Amino acid sequence: MDAIYLLFILMLSIFVGFELIQKVPATLHTPLMSGANAISGITVVGALVLAGDEALGDYAMYLGAFAVFLATINVVGGYLVTDRMLAMFKKKK
Amino acid sequence: MLELSTNSALLINFVYVIAAALFIFGLKLLGHPSTARKGNALSSLAMLLAIVVTLLDLNIVNYQWIIIAMIAGSVVGIFAARLVAMTAMPEMVSLLNGIGGLASLFVAWSAMVSPNTMSVFILLVTFLALLIGGVTFSGSIVAWGKLSERIVGRPIMFRGQAIVNLLVVLAVIASGVMFILFPQEPRYLWLAISLSLLFGVMLVIPIGGADMPVVISLLNSYSGLAACAAGFALHNNLLIVAGSLVGASGIILTQIMCKAMNRSLVNVLFSGFQSVSNEKMVIEGEVKALSADDAYYVLEAAQSVVVVPGYGMAVAQAQHAMKELQVLLEANGAEVAYAIHPVAGRMPGHMNVLLAEADVSYEQLFEMDEINKRIETFDVAMVIGANDVVNPAAREMKGSPIYGMPVINADLAKNVFVLKRGMASGFAGVDNPLFFKPNCRMIFGDAKETLNNIIRQFDH
Repeated sequence: MDAIYLLFILMLSIFVGFELIQKVPATLHTPLMSGANAISGITVVGALVLAGDEALGDYAMYLGAFAVFLATINVVGGYLVTDRMLAMFKKKK
Repeated sequence: MLELSTNSALLINFVYVIAAALFIFGLKLLGHPSTARKGNALSSLAMLLAIVVTLLDLNIVNYQWIIIAMIAGSVVGIFAARLVAMTAMPEMVSLLNGIGGLASLFVAWSAMVSPNTMSVFILLVTFLALLIGGVTFSGSIVAWGKLSERIVGRPIMFRGQAIVNLLVVLAVIASGVMFILFPQEPRYLWLAISLSLLFGVMLVIPIGGADMPVVISLLNSYSGLAACAAGFALHNNLLIVAGSLVGASGIILTQIMCKAMNRSLVNVLFSGFQSVSNEKMVIEGEVKALSADDAYYVLEAAQSVVVVPGYGMAVAQAQHAMKELQVLLEANGAEVAYAIHPVAGRMPGHMNVLLAEADVSYEQLFEMDEINKRIETFDVAMVIGANDVVNPAAREMKGSPIYGMPVINADLAKNVFVLKRGMASGFAGVDNPLFFKPNCRMIFGDAKETLNNIIRQFDH
């Protein structure tokens, strides 16, 4: 039953994603990609729990910590570079 | 204790709902250039909220490694984002895709070695997170190598490739089955990881440089799907929501790119460009060269100019010179428009970012369909480092490998200037009849130098 509930969330958010992204104009496709990339760094949230839970053992914690490191690069790098790009998109003065 | 733990779980999941809403709202604001920056900020706020509230999780007792990992990751991220040149954005995006995939792989790996017992469903999604994460990582590294020319850009094909690929797929499936049947056995974990990495490499090596927009979009989508699978494995709603938003975004971009090349995804992924074996196509006319000085006289008299940039503009870093010329042309009373083909450059929106960097207003950038409607009215079309995306063979030569691909009809403008290094054909290896048309003049040389020469004439 749990799996079904998760699949429900999956299905609904895919629909929302399609609706939203279809409206993004071609001119913003690169920032969209790097911004989406930053969002995919959400893995950090899952990694945090693994990296800090001593009950899981050292091995799992180290792997989790490495995942935190990688996902943080994704989040910080992704958002900053997207912001840098979007700051350049200007209207005619 | 039990009550405390449910309360904390409740709080965490409640904040996740808020974060998910902010992600969605942030993506919505990304729908227009004037609000996009705010959208990105909102999305980063959602991320911050999610991270902070997750740290309140009562299972997290040891913060030492978390702090070290987050600081190290932030430092790397900040430097990468600050230092990367705008022209290197395709490489940056594909590296970030790869890192995202690898993060999901490590999350799945970590979940596997923890002592918790897992149901078959959880094992299956953990395997998927491992697989998609591995494919995303190695595929992105190959794509990055191709983009930065550390690996040859042309498709790498060998005899029996299809059979090897089939064997890899079968081995991946077999390793998945073993992985689920014997979760305690680390050998199958290792096997699954190795095969997923191999699979990613095999997937990207047969794809050529000009097809990179498709590959980057697809890998972007995979990085989201990997996060999504990790979300299933960890029972984390926010991972599923955010991951599938990214997955959907990548898939839509992939579709747009494929459509712009008039090819199916399967065709892009598995065939490379077929070598031109058809009967020799006869192109009539001759190539006429023009000097930058003479180009100036035509441009000076022009009332309207449309610029068609391509990957060559990025290579020559000619966007700033073009902007300078644009200002001069506008001061001279001409209208200047830019026509952007969806697959111009090496990733979706590549040209738009470069022109934005050069301070060109986004209102002057037009999509292919808009500009084709009125391309006849332009006095001059300046093609800068683009080739296949303005090839009229796509319209008029049935035997051509790119026949049917939608192109910018630059040849229909009154005059066409093509700024190009030499007569080499584009990625598709197809001759471009545009260069032989009577209204076309070639201006050979480095695009940036050519533009600077024309600018000097204006200054005189």
